[in-house]
Amino acid sequence: MRKILEWQIATLTRVKAETPTVKTLTFSLPSWVPHFPGQHYDIRLTAPDGYQTERSYSIASEPERGGEIDLTVERLEDGEVSPYLDDVLMVGDQIELRGPIGGYFVWEAQMGEPLLLVGGGSGVVPLMSMVRHWAAAGSKVPVLLLYSVRSPEEVIYSDELNHLCEMRDGLRIFYTFTRQTPPGWTGYQRRIDAQMLHEVVSQISKPFRVYICGPTLLVETAANHLVQLGIAAENIRTERFGPTGPSL
Amino acid sequence: MKTLPMDVNTALMLDGNAAGGMLNEIFSTEMTTSPTQCAHCGRHGELGSLQAFMHGSGAVLRCPACESVIMRIVQTPEFTYLDLRGATFLRLDRAVLNR
Repeated sequence: MRKILEWQIATLTRVKAETPTVKTLTFSLPSWVPHFPGQHYDIRLTAPDGYQTERSYSIASEPERGGEIDLTVERLEDGEVSPYLDDVLMVGDQIELRGPIGGYFVWEAQMGEPLLLVGGGSGVVPLMSMVRHWAAAGSKVPVLLLYSVRSPEEVIYSDELNHLCEMRDGLRIFYTFTRQTPPGWTGYQRRIDAQMLHEVVSQISKPFRVYICGPTLLVETAANHLVQLGIAAENIRTERFGPTGPSL
Repeated sequence: MKTLPMDVNTALMLDGNAAGGMLNEIFSTEMTTSPTQCAHCGRHGELGSLQAFMHGSGAVLRCPACESVIMRIVQTPEFTYLDLRGATFLRLDRAVLNR
């Protein structure tokens, strides 16, 4: 671990559209270090007048991929940073990054126990880093992803998740569509609730670790219901995402 | 844990992880796994498990059990102000610090 986390100048090398409002940005880092899945990077923008603003973005890629990271960014129309990343930043451009950050909401394959991942919207991003690490490390622990999303068009990493499910034993995905379902959909079509969590949890052997990431309401709801289902609070890690970060 | 009414502050609430970069800058080490104790209710937990409010002119970390303010951080171009009155202690790992 480096003693001091320093800002470094990263170069945007690839952009991939995931959904109409979500893009994955690949940055090449001069001082890349392996991260733990679940960690984030801070991005700092500096205006010509010296005004600075920072935002935290979860790492989507697995640590097995050296030298670069993927950050998946949802565009917030009234955001201060995400429209810049979406509209202004071009492949080849440079930007200030600091990371990887965080030791709390992290998972490593060597931790062993089965995993329950609960994601809402772009809250799936750090969970995807865990899933990709799980696959790249050849982990055998069962992984269950409950992914709440408004509509099929808004599913991030859809093809890759489906591919991983087909190719790898041990990964199961439950989608719940809260506004619009695919044609003929017979699965969940409501917000995450106690009954849904009860059904999903019954498919995984205890003890297991839980990682929940999404908007505050989803995180609170899922964490509270899981505690009521008898899951120990210390086995539940949460990460809320929000539209703002500190302005400096 | 309890469910709060959804006001603006709740909607903007993050976890202590979100302050990880700022804390690392101050303490020169990973801090989100450092344990602390709430001076008001006595809850014991890692900094990453606190509620973080990052949208003001500084960062505020609150206890998820009783919502008391545990830590406040304000950064100006010249100085960092750290107010830890809400914690009975903050534990730092010496092995990590000396690495």
